[in-house]
Amino acid sequence: MGRIVLDKVSKSFGDTEVIPPLDLSIEDGEFTVFVGPSGCGKSTLLRLIAGLEDSSGGHIRIDGADATSVPPSKRGLAMVFQSYALYPHMSVRKNIAFPLRMAKLDKAEIDQRVNGAASVLNLTDYLDRKPGQLSGGQRQRVAIGRAIVREPAAFLFDEPLSNLDAALRVGMRLEISELHKRLKTTMIYVTHDQVEAMTMADKIVVLQAGVIEQVGSPLDLYRAPRNVFVAGFIGSPKMNLLEGPEAAKHGCRTIGIRPEHIAISDSAGDWPGTVGVSEHLGSDTFFHVKCDASAEPLTVRASGELDLSYGAKVFLTPDAAHLHRFDDQGLRLA
Amino acid sequence: MARAVTTQRKTINTVFAWAIGLLIFFPILWTILTSFKTEAQAINDPPLFLFFDWTLENYAIVQERSNYMRFLWNSIIIAGGSTLLGIIIAVPAAWSMAFVPSKRTKDILLWMLSTKMLPAVGVLYPIYLLFIKMGLLDSRAGLVIVIMLINLPIIVWMLYTYFREIPGEILEAARMDGATLKEEILYVLTPMAIPGIASTVLLNVILAWNEAFWTLNLTAANAAPLTAFIASYSSPEGLFYAKLSAASTMAIAPILILGWFSQKQLVRGLTFGAVK
Repeated sequence: MGRIVLDKVSKSFGDTEVIPPLDLSIEDGEFTVFVGPSGCGKSTLLRLIAGLEDSSGGHIRIDGADATSVPPSKRGLAMVFQSYALYPHMSVRKNIAFPLRMAKLDKAEIDQRVNGAASVLNLTDYLDRKPGQLSGGQRQRVAIGRAIVREPAAFLFDEPLSNLDAALRVGMRLEISELHKRLKTTMIYVTHDQVEAMTMADKIVVLQAGVIEQVGSPLDLYRAPRNVFVAGFIGSPKMNLLEGPEAAKHGCRTIGIRPEHIAISDSAGDWPGTVGVSEHLGSDTFFHVKCDASAEPLTVRASGELDLSYGAKVFLTPDAAHLHRFDDQGLRLA
Repeated sequence: MARAVTTQRKTINTVFAWAIGLLIFFPILWTILTSFKTEAQAINDPPLFLFFDWTLENYAIVQERSNYMRFLWNSIIIAGGSTLLGIIIAVPAAWSMAFVPSKRTKDILLWMLSTKMLPAVGVLYPIYLLFIKMGLLDSRAGLVIVIMLINLPIIVWMLYTYFREIPGEILEAARMDGATLKEEILYVLTPMAIPGIASTVLLNVILAWNEAFWTLNLTAANAAPLTAFIASYSSPEGLFYAKLSAASTMAIAPILILGWFSQKQLVRGLTFGAVK
């Protein structure tokens, strides 16, 4: 079991309120991702759940029990840190066994669980090495191993992949998702990378300045962002946001259209423009088109086959069915 | 050409460094040499450097006249005991200052250090009276306490500096892994800080070993360490340089040997933080 409920939880450092009172519930077995720009309070929120920070107000309930003033060691949660935070003086085996040793388990049980975790994470050959002798990916696996042996109520991940190179990151992303499918344990994952959020989460919590902007499944957030911030933050490349006369035509302050929902043509369309930089990914090409309709260049996603040179004259046509409208407060209009 | 200049520079630097090193070491060398001279040779004018009749007579007389082992044993207990007690108190103190600092941490650290700015003699009278009242005069326990207290600011400062270098996330990981505060300090912090703790221990053993003000003022016969042993050879009736030198050599030998074998650790410890 691992249902976590935050009830009016807030955090201030001195006079600065980094998290105004917020409510959130994370269901048992759910993979929840906290995402937001740097300094939005997502790591602080995770540390409040972990007990590494004391909340300034509200209650944190884990499986129904009030854990607000329970020390981190007694909350039954396991955490994987960005820096891995392995114990450098202990071998991989001892690192993984550490939480079990603290739980005063007998040696046979510890050995069995450590070997089990090591085989799941492909660490069997490295058990007697020190963390300093491992690569970044292996270290991260040791950190995960240390978390899974305890069979916690929930796993907390604090930007666990940001120290890895791009290729390794994709691999580890899959491994963590795979682990979640297998263990079916609640996982809370903090990242600033919306791609990680989209690909891994059952539920995404978008945060800005300590405030929850939207909670929902990745596709809900993608298809129906609640406000301009979420619209701009979720999705890569980001949604095109237009203000001014184009928005006024649709009776709103801002309109948003995703790059894949704009048709590009060299003969006819709604918005004439000029092709700027093109990014060729092979399967797709992203064209950055300057046009009068928008102050910022618009990003258009086209087939990888399409080839348009720098400075080419084109016409863009947004797909009206996928147009997002936002009011003066930046909130979504139906 | 550039290389030649560098080599020349290096040679000059090396010679200069050796010269300073020898200058600093010279009094100790002279003491050791004098301990092998007769009393007449010791005060010979011009002074004799290496060419004199080497003799072990002074050591024999010193051994005969005083119980070296008793002084040595007192020194070991006072230096070892005060350092051990200091470490036991300083580790949790430095832990809290390094990992849960408050607005006042820096002030407390400076305040602790400021106690070292007062000349020891300034508090001799109250401490002497306290010792009499508490029956601690001429006791090893009393000296262990007073020397520990004198060195405590330095121990806390040094450990604080080392602990600051340990990433807080590792200690948080231990907390998440179910470690209590005691387990966190014992199994995670201390093993990681071993090099720092070792150099702190070494430096404090040396400081305690050589401490002469309190050991001379608060002891008589029972708890007198090697500093008192040396002092007993400087008498108002006249100085016996050779015997005094022999006693001094015997007193500094253990700590000199310890320092020699642990110099790498000591240098690393003293420059820690400065080069990072």
